[in-house]
Amino acid sequence: MAKTELHPETWVDRYADYLFNYAMVRVGDEDTAKDLVQETFIAGLKSAKNFEGNAAERTWLVAILKRKVIDHYRKSNTKKGKAEVRMHFNAESGQEGDWLEAKAADPYSIRENDDIENRELGLAIHRCISLLPENHARVFTLKTIREWSTEDICNELGITPSNLWVMVHRARTSLVECLNENWFKDS
Amino acid sequence: MVSCEEAQVICNKNQYREASFFEKIQLMVHVLYCKACFKSSKKNKGLTRLIRKANLHSFSEAEKDYIKQRLHKQGES
Repeated sequence: MAKTELHPETWVDRYADYLFNYAMVRVGDEDTAKDLVQETFIAGLKSAKNFEGNAAERTWLVAILKRKVIDHYRKSNTKKGKAEVRMHFNAESGQEGDWLEAKAADPYSIRENDDIENRELGLAIHRCISLLPENHARVFTLKTIREWSTEDICNELGITPSNLWVMVHRARTSLVECLNENWFKDS
Repeated sequence: MVSCEEAQVICNKNQYREASFFEKIQLMVHVLYCKACFKSSKKNKGLTRLIRKANLHSFSEAEKDYIKQRLHKQGES
């Protein structure tokens, strides 16, 4: 297999959103996740000379991000009391939802994995978006994830609405194919 | 009557709730007799559902530019 080379100048456009979603799944807070992604890129740049080219660029960045997430939890764990489990047994105790039984998982639920599945889904979608041509990915992301209006995107990128719909169409068609290949087959 | 290309554009607009009432009717009529478009609009709707379910996150352009600048500076020093 050919050795992979690093292209730090393309990192932000290609991997930032993927890493952001990856971090969101693990820390659950937008600002923290954004900081971790930034630190990941900087750490990646610093240790780029140690990169041996055996992994894909994204895999390598994800490995760094994983370390950052672990560090984040180590730091927050040193603040005492964070790990404490709190249950409120106050005056109104005895009301619905206060009993431990009410907090236990419903053993017959088929929805308990939904959350995990949706997180994985987010990563699969971002992986597919990163395979799109850059301008299609950009238009698609602005329109679909950031929910910009057609008019704003056209003004920002200097394209006509019909250009925009063509790009959206190509992006959506490739995404359907990509997800069929990578999401529906695995599950 | 609308062509398949026009139907696809309407279908895409519809995923972002930007199709007009009249366009929606045109699309509905089109997929009644066009099997290919019937299938592709079904898939398109499915994609919209998946995306909504996934609750995606993305950096804004300004944030991306900021990180790029930081990386650029880092690379020089």
